[in-house]
Amino acid sequence: MSNSVLELNEVSISLDGKQLLEIDCRVGPGEIVTIMGPSGSGKSSLLAYIAGFLPKVFSSSGVVLVDGNDISSLAAERRRIGLLFQDPLLFPHLSVAGNLRFALTGKNLNKDQAIQQGLEEIGLAGFKDRDPGTLSGGQASRVALLRLLLSEPNAVLLDEPFSKLDTALREEVREIVFGKLRAAGLPTLLVTHDQADADSAGGTVHSLS
Amino acid sequence: MLRWASYSLILLLAAPILLGTFIASLPAFGYFPPLGSTEFSLDPWRDLFEVPGLTRSVLISLISGVLTPLIALTLVFLYLASATGSKLDLWIRRLVSPLLAFPHAAAAFGLAFLIAPSGLLSRILSPGLTGWERPPDLLIVNDTWGFSLLFGLIVKEVPFLLLMSLSALPQLKPRQRVEVARTLGYRPTIAWLKVIAPSLYPLVRLPVIAVIVFASATVDVALILGPTLPPTLSVRILTWFNDPDLNLRFLAAAGALLQLGTSMLAIAIWLALEKLCAALWRFWLATGNRDSGERLAFTVGRSAMPIVLMVVAGSLLALLTNAFAGPWRFPSALPSAWTIQHWLNSMQDLSTPLFNTLVISVLATLLALLLVIATLESERQSGNQKSTAMWLLYLPLLVPQLVFLFGIIVMTEFVGWQANLSLVIFGHLLFVLPYVFLSLSEAYRQLDPRWSQVASTLGASQLRTFWRIRIPLLLAPCLTAVAIGMAISISLFLPTQLLGAGRVTTITSEAIALTSGASRNLISVWAIVQLSLPMLGFMAALFIPKFVWHNRSGMFETR
Repeated sequence: MSNSVLELNEVSISLDGKQLLEIDCRVGPGEIVTIMGPSGSGKSSLLAYIAGFLPKVFSSSGVVLVDGNDISSLAAERRRIGLLFQDPLLFPHLSVAGNLRFALTGKNLNKDQAIQQGLEEIGLAGFKDRDPGTLSGGQASRVALLRLLLSEPNAVLLDEPFSKLDTALREEVREIVFGKLRAAGLPTLLVTHDQADADSAGGTVHSLS
Repeated sequence: MLRWASYSLILLLAAPILLGTFIASLPAFGYFPPLGSTEFSLDPWRDLFEVPGLTRSVLISLISGVLTPLIALTLVFLYLASATGSKLDLWIRRLVSPLLAFPHAAAAFGLAFLIAPSGLLSRILSPGLTGWERPPDLLIVNDTWGFSLLFGLIVKEVPFLLLMSLSALPQLKPRQRVEVARTLGYRPTIAWLKVIAPSLYPLVRLPVIAVIVFASATVDVALILGPTLPPTLSVRILTWFNDPDLNLRFLAAAGALLQLGTSMLAIAIWLALEKLCAALWRFWLATGNRDSGERLAFTVGRSAMPIVLMVVAGSLLALLTNAFAGPWRFPSALPSAWTIQHWLNSMQDLSTPLFNTLVISVLATLLALLLVIATLESERQSGNQKSTAMWLLYLPLLVPQLVFLFGIIVMTEFVGWQANLSLVIFGHLLFVLPYVFLSLSEAYRQLDPRWSQVASTLGASQLRTFWRIRIPLLLAPCLTAVAIGMAISISLFLPTQLLGAGRVTTITSEAIALTSGASRNLISVWAIVQLSLPMLGFMAALFIPKFVWHNRSGMFETR
C-alpha cells in the first residue's frame, strides 16, 4: 500500500517558444485526477514530461514532486512513475510471466509466487506461460496493469488507456484499473478526451485548451 | 557514453580511404622510401604512357563505367514502369534479395560457362540450330571490347539498382501519382515514366554513382569476363602490383591514380548525361504526349527482368552441370556421365580457404554490427537527428577499391607492418560497414519508442532495456544485416588479395586464382561453394527468427 502524493508545481511546456500548456495540481494517495483536452493540447507531452521522456525539442519549466521530492531531473527509470499507454504493449518476445518478471524489482524474494498471486487476483490464473499475442484485448490490458503494479511505482500516469477497447469491454477494464490503483493507494493522473472516463474516475478534472 | 561510436565509425571509414588515396599518389610521383626512392619525379607517368594499349584499357574501363549504369538503370526503370503491381512484380520482389547475394565472381564464372563457344548455351543449340559440330572459333568471353564484361556487370547491377529503387519508392506514393496521371489520359507505363521516374532518380543517384565506380574499376569480374589483350586498366594495375619486380610499384601507383581519374571521368560523363536527360524529360513532359512509345517501353520493361533472371538461372545451371560433369563431348547438351570426383579432388584444397573465409567474414561482420548498433543507439539515446556526416558511409563505394587499398598497403609499408589476417579483416570491415548500416538503420530507427519507454517506467535501466527488449525485438533485422555483411565479405576479392599479400586465401581469392588454367569443372566446384555460403546465411537469417519466436505470434505482426 503506497501513500504517495504527486504534485505538479507550475509546470509549463512549450515548443518553439510557444506555450503548449501550464498546469498546477496535487494528486493525493488513491486519488485519480483527470486531465481533459482535445488532441494537440499537449496532454501526451505532459505525461512524457512527468515520466521523463520529453524530447529535447520541447522546453519545460516547473517541478514534479513525489512525496515532496523533486524528481524532474531523474532518469526515467529512477522516477518510479508507472505508465499505461493506449495499447497494452506487452513485450511480444516474452511470455505473460516473462513480462511480469521484467517488472519485478530485485528485492522481491519470491518472484514466482508474486506472479502467481497477481495473475489470480486479476482472474488470469494459469495464464503464466501464454504468448501475449494470443490474449484478448481485455486480458492484455489486465496483464499490463498487473505488470505496472508489480514494478511498485509511487505514482501512475494513464494515457487514454481505454480508448482502443470496445465499448462493452471499456467499462469492465476501467473498473478493474481504477479499483486496483485506488486499492494500492497510488496517486493517478488520467489523460483522456472521453467524459465517461472522467466521470468514472470521480476526482478533480483539469481542462486544457 | 556512446557518442564515441558515431565518430569512430566515420573516422574508421573516412580516414583510411582519404589518407589511402592520398598516400597512393606518392609513389606515382616517384616518392617511395621503402624502395629507396626519396625524390619526386614524373618518371612513373612517362613509363605509364609508354605502356602499349593503355588508351584502349582506359577506354574499356570508361565504356563499362558509363554503359553499365545507363543500361541497368534504363532496364530497372522500364521494368518498374511496366510491371509495378503485376503478378510478375510480386515474384521478382521476392527473388531480388537472393539475386543480390550471388557473389560477383561466381556469377561471372557461371555466365562465362553459359555463353562461351563451348558453353552450355551453345551445346544446347548445337548442332540442331547452329550446325556446329565443334566449338566455333569465336571470342565471346574475354572479347576485345569488353562486351561480355559489360553484359556480366549489367546482369549483376540490375538487381542492386532494383532493390535500391524498391526501397526508395514507397515514400513517393507511386500508386496515387500514377492514378492521377491516368485520369488525365496518360497510359500507365508513360504515366510512371513521366510522374515517378523524375522524382525517383534523385533517390537512387548515390547507388548509381557507386555502380559507375564499381563498373569502371572492377577487378574480379574483369579478370573472368574482361578482355585480355589488353585487359582493363584495373586488371593491369593489379598485374603490375603483383609483379616480382618491385620497381613496377611506381607504375602501379601512377596507374591507380589514372584509375581514379578514369572513374571520375566516367562520373563526369554521367553527370552530363543527367543534364541531357533532364532536358529531354522536360521537353517530353511539355509535349503532353500520353501514349506514343507505350508499347515499346512496356515490351522492353516486361521482358527485361525475366531475361536477367533467365541468364542468372542459366549461369547457375552451367555451374552445376560443370561441377558434376563426367566426360562431356562438345555438341551434347549434357555430360555422358555424372561424377562427384571434382568435389573429392577439391576437398583438401577447400578447407583452409573455407576456414579463412568464415573467420574473416564473421569477425568483420560482428565488428561492423557492433559499431553500427553503438552508433544507432547513441543517436537514439541522445535524441539527435540523423547526422549529415552519414553520407561518408558511402565513401568505400565511391572511391575505386584498388586506389585506396593500394594506399593502405603503401601506408603499412611505410610503417613496416606485415600483411596479415587482421589487416585483411580490417579491409573487409571497410566494405561491410556501409551495407550493415544501410540494412539495419531503418529498422532500428523505426522501432516503436514506446517499447523502451514502457521498460523505463518499469524501472529497467538503459542497459537492461537494450539487452532484454530492443535487441530481441530487433533480432530479425540484425540477422539480416549479418547475412548481408557476410555475403559482402565473402564476395570480396581485392581487399583479401592486396592486404593479405596473396598469403591469406579465401574461397573467392582461390576461385579467381583458378581462372588461369584450371578446368571448368574445378572452377565450378569453387564457385558453387562461394555462392552457397551467402545463401546459407540468408536462409539462417530467415529461419532463426521463425524458430526462436515460434510461440510468439506478436513478433511477426507489422510493427
